Amino acid sequence: MPVRMRTALVPFATLPLAACAGRQSALDPQGLQSDQILRNFLIFLIVGAVVWIAVLIVLCVGMLRRKRAADQPLALHHSFEQTTGRVVFALGVATLVIVLGLSIVSYAGQRTVFAKDENALTLKIIGHQWWWEVRYEDDSPDKSFVTANEIRIPTGQPVKVELESADVIHSFWVPSLTGKMDLITGQKNELQFTAKNAGVYRGQCAEFCGLQHAHMAFAVLALSADEFGRWRDHENQSASSPTDPLGKQGEQLFRARGCALCHTIRGTLAGGQLGPDLTHVGSRTTIAAGTLPMTPATLGGWIADPQHIKPGNYMPKMPLQSDELIAILHYLEQLK
Amino acid sequence: MTVVAEQRELRDDGLSGLELSARLDSIWRTPSGLLGALMSVDHKVVGRRYIVTAFAFLLLGGILAILMRIQLAGPEKTFLSADKYNQIFTMHGSTMMFLFAVPVMEAFAVYLVPLMVGTRNIAFPRLNAFSYWMFLFGGCFLWISFALNVGPDVGWFAYVPLSLLQYTPTKRPDVWAQMITFTEVAALAVSVEIVVTVFKLRAPGMTLDRIPLFVWAMLVTAFLVMFAMPAIMVASTSLILDRLVNTRFYDSSSGGHPLLWQHLFWFFGHPEVYIIFIPGTGMVSAILATFARRPVIGYPIVILSLIATGFLSFGLWVHHMFVTGLPQLGAGLFTASSMLIAVPSGLQIFCWLATLWDGRPVYRTPLLFVIGFIAIFVLGGLSGVMVASVPIDTQVHDTYFVVAHFHYVLIGGAVFPLIGAVYYWFPKITGRMLSERLGRWNFWLAFVGFNLAFFPMHILGLIGMPRRIYTYTADMDWAHLNLLSSGGAVVFALSFALLLVNVIISLRAGALAGDNPWDASTLEWATASPPPPQNFDRIPVVKHRDPLWFDNGTLPVVAGLSVERREVLLTSLAEAEPQIREASPEPSIWPLLTAIATTVFFIGSIFTPWAVLWGTPPMAVTLIGWFWPGGSKEDEE
Repeated sequence: MPVRMRTALVPFATLPLAACAGRQSALDPQGLQSDQILRNFLIFLIVGAVVWIAVLIVLCVGMLRRKRAADQPLALHHSFEQTTGRVVFALGVATLVIVLGLSIVSYAGQRTVFAKDENALTLKIIGHQWWWEVRYEDDSPDKSFVTANEIRIPTGQPVKVELESADVIHSFWVPSLTGKMDLITGQKNELQFTAKNAGVYRGQCAEFCGLQHAHMAFAVLALSADEFGRWRDHENQSASSPTDPLGKQGEQLFRARGCALCHTIRGTLAGGQLGPDLTHVGSRTTIAAGTLPMTPATLGGWIADPQHIKPGNYMPKMPLQSDELIAILHYLEQLK
Repeated sequence: MTVVAEQRELRDDGLSGLELSARLDSIWRTPSGLLGALMSVDHKVVGRRYIVTAFAFLLLGGILAILMRIQLAGPEKTFLSADKYNQIFTMHGSTMMFLFAVPVMEAFAVYLVPLMVGTRNIAFPRLNAFSYWMFLFGGCFLWISFALNVGPDVGWFAYVPLSLLQYTPTKRPDVWAQMITFTEVAALAVSVEIVVTVFKLRAPGMTLDRIPLFVWAMLVTAFLVMFAMPAIMVASTSLILDRLVNTRFYDSSSGGHPLLWQHLFWFFGHPEVYIIFIPGTGMVSAILATFARRPVIGYPIVILSLIATGFLSFGLWVHHMFVTGLPQLGAGLFTASSMLIAVPSGLQIFCWLATLWDGRPVYRTPLLFVIGFIAIFVLGGLSGVMVASVPIDTQVHDTYFVVAHFHYVLIGGAVFPLIGAVYYWFPKITGRMLSERLGRWNFWLAFVGFNLAFFPMHILGLIGMPRRIYTYTADMDWAHLNLLSSGGAVVFALSFALLLVNVIISLRAGALAGDNPWDASTLEWATASPPPPQNFDRIPVVKHRDPLWFDNGTLPVVAGLSVERREVLLTSLAEAEPQIREASPEPSIWPLLTAIATTVFFIGSIFTPWAVLWGTPPMAVTLIGWFWPGGSKEDEE
């Protein structure tokens, strides 16, 4: 099918699908790659629908053609068998042609989707049970930083994510932007995509990775280039020290109660490597890998009893007094 | 063989009528009593047990499906915990694939193939009995583990590293991997029996181009099993070794690789789909010919398609791995090879449509299921073409779109023909008809329920719902379609309940069937329903592809088989010319004892590698008992 015709078909065919757009929908593409994939899908959908309807028509006509059942089984007629053989052969050839055509369409789409841009913004994503480590790496180490469960990218610029796993196999998937790619222990995979418009796109782990596979989501925030630059500069800085007494108490408790064994807060003595980096946790939009929106209430509930919200995750329930909890919560909220 | 022995032995040409029947019955009959039942090597007895057991596992797997659909019917339901849900979806997949779909197809083959090729028993009847016991014990082992809360929870695909000791330190993946070994043993044994039965035990005159299409389908399936199963055998044994004795096949930090598992698993796992689907096509061909009242058009095309499907099914496992970071050109080639399988599948469907078109169809329940099969399976095949395309697959892989796709293929392609087959062959197996009225209800409930349950899943996948999640939030907009799907699942489940009711009622009060209630054309209908222990009083001679239709009434027979001991007639491979008479084994308790010893060995080796040491002597003893040479009458002369 020529390219122009394909493009012409898209608005026509997407019309009934538009109602299906959700928070992470492949039918509502916001990236160059997801756009291309949807175009490919629609071609397959149209061809498939035509074939299916044709088969059903032949089936129905064949069923209704003769009303009267035969008393005696019908013998084969050699000439009829020959004619039918030719028809079946022709249909077989037609199937082959359709299949080869679709293979070519598929390969052309694949080339576009997986095209590489050398100037892409590169970041590294490491999958953990059950959260995402996001590393913005730069040639100069003082511009590299680590965050978690939230990816901010500039719109219009190709982004390359390098994918690795710290434990089991996960799969990185933001349907609005592009298809998925696995994160596999002992292997480095990569995926490129370009967000067309600013917005918040939800992503989710797609490969079964154990108990809390259902709660391993993340957000992609596509920002304008300026906004992204400002965010990056800010994120690169260490956490600001709290100035109020409650915040100071919280910072101290964060270390004293063992939080710092697993979590890093840059610029402080907290340097744990097991859990997400919390340097700017207060500015994130969700907690617990996209499980709940970030509000004081949800964050407090999470610290008080993480096993209740996400049973089986690796954050233990810490014995905290309620005033200690309030102080730690107050401290974390300030980390913006 | 001496002349003296020749004279002393009474053969079936010396007897006739009732006396012949009575004598054959007495030597082929399964011994009475519990011990006799445990010793049975009659393919019909084993086949019936196999069918009933496989359907029992279908029931269990179906209950799990309903539990999952209840949990997913709305957002953030707490009906099941994450842990239970993961166990349940693993058990559902494993049960349906390993304990229902493959065994039930083999079960029908065990029952029907010897009858359809016109012989008295399957080749290697004791191996057949052993295979059934292994299947039963393996299935019970899995389900008892599940009841004891050590049911596997890493998916029916058990991907490493999640299934390795480091990430799942419980015994759950070991249970899964050993259950695989049980079913491998059972499936391989049946395959060998089917291949030898088809190649060597066919009735005289049943040349290769007169073999019924169902038998052809089972022959191709048997070869698929023999080539696909070793891959999963290697994979699951390596997994057990990694977990139990600390080998490093899949550990990337020590030179192994997780993708090794996926390659081995899917090199088995994709042909597995055709191991389930090809017997379904055999059932369709059998049912369609009978009810369209004419032979299937394009007999050679259908056979070549079956063989081509078998070959191609080994060349497309990589389409399960498009998102693992493979080289792009390679992935592109696997797109083409995956889509190519649409050609032989398409050719078969065209042949069936032509048959229906030219026939004078009688719309009884079995044919309804075949028509439902065509509508559903073609849709599933087309979504399969989508999944085979790399760019589309990167979106739909591991989402509900794929769940929808393979349920369309497996239920549409195999379960619909299978239920049709139940209605079709029930009279042969039990001697009674199933109720036609309930059958129609059964079909419509199944057809509507199935589509309601699974069609919305296509859309759910496209709007972002991943597989294997135990919950989701209301703001994902997945709730309505999930509720619809769960409702459909209940309707679909009701159709199976109705089938069960129909079977129970008809077993007691169904109309008597007679030998050939559908006026079908193949040999299994040439004997009584249910067939006597010896299957046929005299072995028929086949002169036509549809012997009961076009051989003018009575079938010619061969004579000369012994009526004093169990004997089958061996024929040549291509032309089915009689070659020699061969003794067929007597009932024996040893296959059961061997299966028990093997089970102890398999289960023991989950807990200690030393089971390899102390577990093998009992197996050796039972095998010696099994193969201890028993003298035949001729040897004693």
